[in-house]
Amino acid sequence: MGEHTEHTQTTGNSSEPRIMAFVCNWCTYAGADLAGTSRMEYRPNVRVIKLPCTGRIDPLFIIKAFENGADGVLVSGCHPGDCHYTTGNYHARRRWIAFKNLMEFVGIDMRRLHFSWVSASEAIKWVDLINNVTEEVGKLGPFMEYKGLGAQAVE
Amino acid sequence: MENAVREKAKGLLTSGEVKVVIGWGWNRNGTRTTPVFITRPEDAGRLVWNPLCVNNLSVYLTRKFKDIQALGRPAIVAKGCDIKNIAVLVSEAQVKREDVYIIGVTCDGVVYRQELWKGELTPNIMPTKCHNCDVRNPHIADCVIGDRSGFVPPEAPAGMVFDRIKALDAKESAQRWEFWIKEFSRCVKCYACRQVCSLCYCERCITEKNMPQWIETSAHPRGNLSWNLTRAMHLAGRCTFCGECERACPVNIPLNLVNQKLITVVKDAFDYRSGYDASAHPPMIVFSPEDKENFIK
Repeated sequence: MGEHTEHTQTTGNSSEPRIMAFVCNWCTYAGADLAGTSRMEYRPNVRVIKLPCTGRIDPLFIIKAFENGADGVLVSGCHPGDCHYTTGNYHARRRWIAFKNLMEFVGIDMRRLHFSWVSASEAIKWVDLINNVTEEVGKLGPFMEYKGLGAQAVE
Repeated sequence: MENAVREKAKGLLTSGEVKVVIGWGWNRNGTRTTPVFITRPEDAGRLVWNPLCVNNLSVYLTRKFKDIQALGRPAIVAKGCDIKNIAVLVSEAQVKREDVYIIGVTCDGVVYRQELWKGELTPNIMPTKCHNCDVRNPHIADCVIGDRSGFVPPEAPAGMVFDRIKALDAKESAQRWEFWIKEFSRCVKCYACRQVCSLCYCERCITEKNMPQWIETSAHPRGNLSWNLTRAMHLAGRCTFCGECERACPVNIPLNLVNQKLITVVKDAFDYRSGYDASAHPPMIVFSPEDKENFIK
């Protein structure tokens, strides 16, 4: 429990962005796996968290990722129609439509929050995606606005 | 009209059709209205109805108030906007429609800034929701009391909340961030917004779950942001814009802006407005393969 809330300080000002990826087990994770077994090379900045389905991704995961020092978050799963559980990604899509607009409204830079569909055979898409996201977040630098929140005292 | 409400309540209690009437009454000083729970026919005279009756009493129908449920079948005096919340509660299987007697009252608007109330209802003392109200004549009720209102809401919703949303949307995201962090930093985590909301009826709120601690409980900007985002998200597609959360907020965080923003998003994306049809599924528990977005790559 402690780890969730205690060690949230940013580790230095390294320019390497930290990307948190929430992916579904059946498509995107398999796609990333294919990239690995095919010996494709991509930026090492991504930390992958595998979940059974995109429908399992609570918006709080994304908030928590930012709280714990992620500079960018990527959410990815099966293409619509391909969900292993038939409809999980449709539900997820509805949720993201609301959540993305909410995050945009409170002023989170949308270049830090990415959504994607990557299937089990799209290793190349995964590699490009990670490279692009890392590039984009890297340009923005560390997410100091969010990281600074914990240190701010209540006025 | 007030007398008609009292007569109706008296009749219902005398016949035994309901065991309690939930309505508004004067507070001790006679300056504000407060929720009253009438269980005896002879007390029906305590009920009042006037533009100061702002409380959304539908919260007392939820499982948050087991002591009121224990009294027996309720009747509730409700404005159109309160009935919207009851409709959502029915659609989410929290209340059975036949288990509650709705005494609908026609309404010309309520007064949020009670200090400006001089006995006359003028547009400048009414909240945004009243300016755009299309349920001044209750849309779901067992009986309706009061003369029919001929008010027609403006074609495009207008008012302070909509203007402020527009102004915020026009800004850079960094400025919006600054605005919201400043607003949320005042939050003291009193959870009044949750307590007053009839749609926040979870018996154990996510913010009280601490294994793991999803939402930091201390009132610093990071935990405040997390709480307010989660609260808004949990009400996406459900909130009816009754405005009680902002009214209850002791530090005046403009929660109506977040709520109305999500209502607009849901309306545009899923063509759904909550609170009008008790038989419709809430938009976040269903989906359509045709849902459109432009940000998933």
